[in-house]
Amino acid sequence: MRSLISILDLSVEELDELIGVANDIIDNPAKYSEICRGKKLATLFFEPSTRTRLSFEAAMYELGGNVLSVTGAGSSSAAKGESVADTAKTVSCYADIIAMRHSKEGAPLVASMNATIPVINAGDGGHNHPTQTLADLLTIRREKGRLDNLTIGLCGDLKFGRTVHSLIEAMARYTGVKFVLISPEELKLPSYVKSIIKEKNIPYVQTTDLEAAMPDLDILYMTRVQRERFFNEEDYLRLKDSYILTPDKLNNAKADLCIMHPLPRVNEISVAIDNDPRAAYFKQVLNGKYMRMALICKLLEVL
Amino acid sequence: MNIDSIQTGIVIDHITAGKGMEIYNLLHLDKLDCSVALLLNASSNKMGCKDIIKINQDIDIDMNALGYVDPGATIVIIRNSKVVEKRTVSLPEKLTNVLKCKNPRCITTTEQELPHVFLLTEPSKRVYRCMYCETKANSK
Repeated sequence: MRSLISILDLSVEELDELIGVANDIIDNPAKYSEICRGKKLATLFFEPSTRTRLSFEAAMYELGGNVLSVTGAGSSSAAKGESVADTAKTVSCYADIIAMRHSKEGAPLVASMNATIPVINAGDGGHNHPTQTLADLLTIRREKGRLDNLTIGLCGDLKFGRTVHSLIEAMARYTGVKFVLISPEELKLPSYVKSIIKEKNIPYVQTTDLEAAMPDLDILYMTRVQRERFFNEEDYLRLKDSYILTPDKLNNAKADLCIMHPLPRVNEISVAIDNDPRAAYFKQVLNGKYMRMALICKLLEVL
Repeated sequence: MNIDSIQTGIVIDHITAGKGMEIYNLLHLDKLDCSVALLLNASSNKMGCKDIIKINQDIDIDMNALGYVDPGATIVIIRNSKVVEKRTVSLPEKLTNVLKCKNPRCITTTEQELPHVFLLTEPSKRVYRCMYCETKANSK
């Protein structure tokens, strides 16, 4: 029985395998429409989320399975003081697989140590969000045709942005990758994530200037400055509009740039860019569902 | 300065000078009812200066905790006034309930029964990270 807590729980070969399955699901959806019949996914979301929970639920339904859902700590046994460990043991009696989101970092790991069924980390605080990374990797592969030899610009909140941390961990395993880290001083990449880049001698540039970095980029990964990650409202208000991508900022961008965003967006990408063929963020949403389908199949060993 | 040799017990030797008191506290030696000698700044041919702890009772030492604070220390087991075993201490791979995670977002802050577990992630730099949230422990 395996769980997915961090993207590093999957080897590069396993990532390739999942991308292969996801592509096959896209090409042959009927082949997978009953593959999880009789199986139940429990979505335990103790922190607000719309798209990730719906993506998991849509994924399970499209595989022919069923969904048991808990949303919000207030409406669950967690409000009565039940531990994550006890919740995981209990839900193991009802479901075949768990997708868990929790505001506390490490909660899905605790769940996986106590559950008797696979646990998927659907986001734990500012820590990990591996299935978003799976969506990102499938998007990069489909848009660029490769995962190696890419210059990846990461822009916005690189300090608290868990999607950025996981994507760096994943992409650092491919050859010829270069990172351009674009953020305000206060939201720079934490040293422990930067150490991943340094240890592997991966070239990187740290800058506050998005437009100057633009011409080099194959991928531009925008992120939102997240209100919920700040203890101090003043800091949030000061930093929230640091980077807003508008059409004029793309004047010097490559013609085949791939613009990504984990969504939801507030205002950091102008809606005027949505129709630009380089905008890939809504494809990312769809790819996320396909990768979650592939992952559920793998963890339930139904392939 | 002379301290009586012990009959049966443990000597923690080659403690880096200045770390003796920290080890004394970490291993909760103040809770023992036998005699314990804490010798600070003893002269040493090898180290110049060292701390030594002598415990006049055979107790279980938390080798991981000791290894974390001072991986250069040695343990000498004494029975009937004779040295029966010498053990070297090394940097442990895993520390349980030795350090506390300081990250307010960590699951250990709300689930009090969880053990605080830290894993050695960068041995060359002696970096330990919380098993749950990967926050770096304050370095020794």
